[in-house]
Amino acid sequence: MDTSGLNFILQAAFWVTVALTIAGASIAVFPRNILYNVLGLALALTGIAGFYLYLGSLFVAMMQLLIYVGAICIAIVFAIMLSRPLHIEVPPRPARKVWMGILASVVFFIGAVGVALKTKWQVAAGHVYEASKWSVQSIGDALLTRYELVFEVISLVLLVAIIGAVITAGFSRRLSS
Amino acid sequence: MNSLSTYLIISALLFSLGLLGILQRRNLIGMLISVELLLNAANLNFMAYNRFLVSDPVTGQVITLFVMGLAAAEAAIGLSIILALYRKMHSINIEAAQKMKG
Repeated sequence: MDTSGLNFILQAAFWVTVALTIAGASIAVFPRNILYNVLGLALALTGIAGFYLYLGSLFVAMMQLLIYVGAICIAIVFAIMLSRPLHIEVPPRPARKVWMGILASVVFFIGAVGVALKTKWQVAAGHVYEASKWSVQSIGDALLTRYELVFEVISLVLLVAIIGAVITAGFSRRLSS
Repeated sequence: MNSLSTYLIISALLFSLGLLGILQRRNLIGMLISVELLLNAANLNFMAYNRFLVSDPVTGQVITLFVMGLAAAEAAIGLSIILALYRKMHSINIEAAQKMKG
């Protein structure tokens, strides 16, 4: 009796998270004010962090909040606010192109849902849900043993991206002024 | 908790919303936001497969972390390119950026 009540609450919270995520994604795409888009993106990313909690990984959920909501959204807000004219309205696309875009994304959605429902997913042989396999310690072990090369290359990519961003934004100012 | 196909349908919905955003917006920052939505839909797929199908659950989480790192790099580069483009042509309407058109 007690567990069924708990399950009901968990299910209700799951569907609330689904509704928040979809609403955030819609706000991120449809309004024409760019600040609303950023706020909707933050809402959708928070909902996705909630999904990661449901999928059993607290660490990845925290990283999602930290990197996406805390860093990328704030960077976009800074870019909008520091350079005043970025939120100037752009005239909308012609209606024919909008309809073609809607058609393309609806076709993709139907195709992806069809693939997801029709495929018989094969569960791998050793698949058991154990909490110990999901710990932060096992992620750290994997990052420093099996995936170490990828880890180092990612850090190199981030370094190059930082230098490239500084040079791109700085040199263009020198050229234009 | 819920089945695998629930998560797959949610991420397909997020991906198609992001695709619609890329195809339909003309504001460059709006397109960057839509790209973030696409990357998150892919991440959600990785985590769902990781939970329901795979024998070693570390792999999907590590891949998700790598995608997050690459998305951070992409956002930094994209924003600085947008700022440079704005200084160059005083508009962020992407249809004004056709200097390389023959």
